[in-house]
Amino acid sequence: MLFPVSHQTDSHRVVVTGAGIVTALGRGWRANAAGFRSGRLAMRPVTLFDVSRQRVKTAAEVDLPPVLPPTKLRHNAVKRMDRAAKMLLLATHEAWNQAGWEPTENLPVVLGTTSGGMSLGEDYYRQAIQTPLSNRRQPSRILHYQPQRQGLDLAEAFGFLGSITIIANACASGANAIGHACDLIRRGRAQQVLTAGYDALSHLVFSGFDSLQALSPGQCRPFDAHRDGLALGEGAAALTLETLESARSRDAEILGEISGYGAATDSHHLTQPHPEGDAAFASMTAATTNARVNADEIDYINAHGTGTQLNDSAEAAAINRWASSHAGNLPVSSTKSSIGHLLGGAGAVEAVVCLMALREQWLPPTSTLETPEPVCAFPIVRKPTDAKLNYVLSNSFGFGGANATLILRRWS
Amino acid sequence: MSKVFVCGEGAVSPAGWGMDALRKAIAQGTALPAKDVSRPGNPTLRIRSVPPAPARPAFAAHSRLRRTSPIAHYAVSAALEALGADASALGPNSSSLGIIFCVMSGCINYSRRFYDETLNNPATASPVVFPETVFNSPASHLASLLGTTAINYTLVGDPGTVLQGLALAADWLVSEKVEGCVVIGAEERDWLTAEAVSLFSSQAEASDGAGALYLRRKPRGNPAIELHGVTQSHLFCKNQSRAEAALRARGELCLNGGEQLLCDSLQGVSRLDRDEVAAWRDWTGPRLSVKKVLGEGLMAAAAWQCLAAVDALRHGNLSAATVSVVGCNQQAIAGQFIRSDSKLDSELLGEKPS
Repeated sequence: MLFPVSHQTDSHRVVVTGAGIVTALGRGWRANAAGFRSGRLAMRPVTLFDVSRQRVKTAAEVDLPPVLPPTKLRHNAVKRMDRAAKMLLLATHEAWNQAGWEPTENLPVVLGTTSGGMSLGEDYYRQAIQTPLSNRRQPSRILHYQPQRQGLDLAEAFGFLGSITIIANACASGANAIGHACDLIRRGRAQQVLTAGYDALSHLVFSGFDSLQALSPGQCRPFDAHRDGLALGEGAAALTLETLESARSRDAEILGEISGYGAATDSHHLTQPHPEGDAAFASMTAATTNARVNADEIDYINAHGTGTQLNDSAEAAAINRWASSHAGNLPVSSTKSSIGHLLGGAGAVEAVVCLMALREQWLPPTSTLETPEPVCAFPIVRKPTDAKLNYVLSNSFGFGGANATLILRRWS
Repeated sequence: MSKVFVCGEGAVSPAGWGMDALRKAIAQGTALPAKDVSRPGNPTLRIRSVPPAPARPAFAAHSRLRRTSPIAHYAVSAALEALGADASALGPNSSSLGIIFCVMSGCINYSRRFYDETLNNPATASPVVFPETVFNSPASHLASLLGTTAINYTLVGDPGTVLQGLALAADWLVSEKVEGCVVIGAEERDWLTAEAVSLFSSQAEASDGAGALYLRRKPRGNPAIELHGVTQSHLFCKNQSRAEAALRARGELCLNGGEQLLCDSLQGVSRLDRDEVAAWRDWTGPRLSVKKVLGEGLMAAAAWQCLAAVDALRHGNLSAATVSVVGCNQQAIAGQFIRSDSKLDSELLGEKPS
């Protein structure tokens, strides 16, 4: 039963035993770690759809492999997958293999996305308005653009069954998904949970951000005094989470621990945060309370840091207030400067970046920064830097005021 | 183990605005009339849509709701009805009320409109429309209207997601993340949705609206209605057919004793209904099939099923009501509500059906 559950606790420790990542920097942990560590930028001209009439013409596109890795998915199912589904499968394949999981009858899946298979929805609409009318392939597009189909693809690919929960909290979706997965394990609802965040570039969403003039016509420069907007990217990240007991009983390698999760809602405006970052502050505070750590124990923040005027100033105000006297010693960066904003994938991808930083003890830079925003009371990481990290914090904020914060801990 | 109670219900449906209209339509049991909806190149699509509100709702004057599409109005109206006086009792920046908003198609009006504008000329696509295309915009508007800053999830999936949402709300309540939680299922009319439904059966008719259930840990009302259980979500996939999933959801529920109601998701289309019919073939008690009356409202329809179950317990003599959702393309799942004054409580977790 999903409810009630007879044995509820709040005491299980949640560890990560597998992590997969796909971004414009590359596929897999190694390629991405090398890219983030060096602060490489992955923006390039958009080739996936026509941007000739858009104000902005660049994004961080992923290079997909010509052939997906072998799984239990049927050939026809693979053929029907769109970019988002492929990126999700690639990331999950990496995480699954690293964890060494076997198929089970009850493996919950928690996904975060804003768009699911949006490109198939766009294909559907373009065909639907053509004359003469044709329904050829339309039923398949209806079924496959929906995010539950991408979740079902994972179940089929890896041979498991279990509930699929899809959280669509805009750009906080990926972090909410990890947080919710963590809650399921902590409270004894599951021993293992597969969680991921993903989104592919689509014409509708690109055009949407362009219409809002939220995209930078130049370079995305989070926390820069002269920042002028965000850059869009695409990608996916997947994590295999399990109880510490489960990981130890399997003798699994532990990549890190999810030690805290907080969420809050900003009701100030649909697309603008409260100027003082009230909900961001609440979310970070909830996460540290949940992790039973103080702000001064956090060694690094991977900020939401989109590069828009409003987000970065509100987030900076929230970090200043939350970190208080510790702010001056708290390095912060936004990896969106390298790979763009991955929307529903951002929270999950940035959680994997945090795991990389914890495992390998370095700080990913915001390498496009030129003039730090004066409101920032914290140092912004500008160059690849080695560091001693035990706890790191990752922020994700979205349209509609969805705010989520994760705290990850080094496993040693 | 803590109990969770349904403390308020709200509905917007093709029957009208409010629970009274829903109750009346379900009691009459006849399919509500559909109307034609225009579609480029083909005028024959049919929708059972929500009638205009009898008066402009007061919430429509709120700055966040002036330009929103119907789904936000339906969701807010249903939620406010379910919350009753508690809606105005929330202070600004209250962190006590969680929101779980469930959709399948979501904000389809503005998504279609914005993409159409993009195809015509992205340089003139409306920046006002785009934010309303996001799945969680109705939940955000509701949070703003209520002044709640508590946890707020938008869940996407097939109609069984409403029952997942109820289970999640119950978990938030039991773990004391929130003191109350409103769970909403909603959809809005559009020719794209109507056409999508028709591609899977020419007999099926799309509909729209919303249903909301307000959950708390303390009972309210006489009789109090308890959310007794929600089964696992049983997936439809290569590893498990839709028929097997429906049977497993059915088999997880224990249904001994007392007169009980079944609120199923049958819509009167034999090809689409057959797996659920087979799973519940031995059911001999009373049964409601609200989609036969209200149409294929996707996530809203699953919420109406739950409302019909709760309402029957509140206003009738039944001891328990089961909601079965055999969804479109994801899962079979079931939930159970009981009257807290019934003697069924301990019996329900008994023998499984054969």
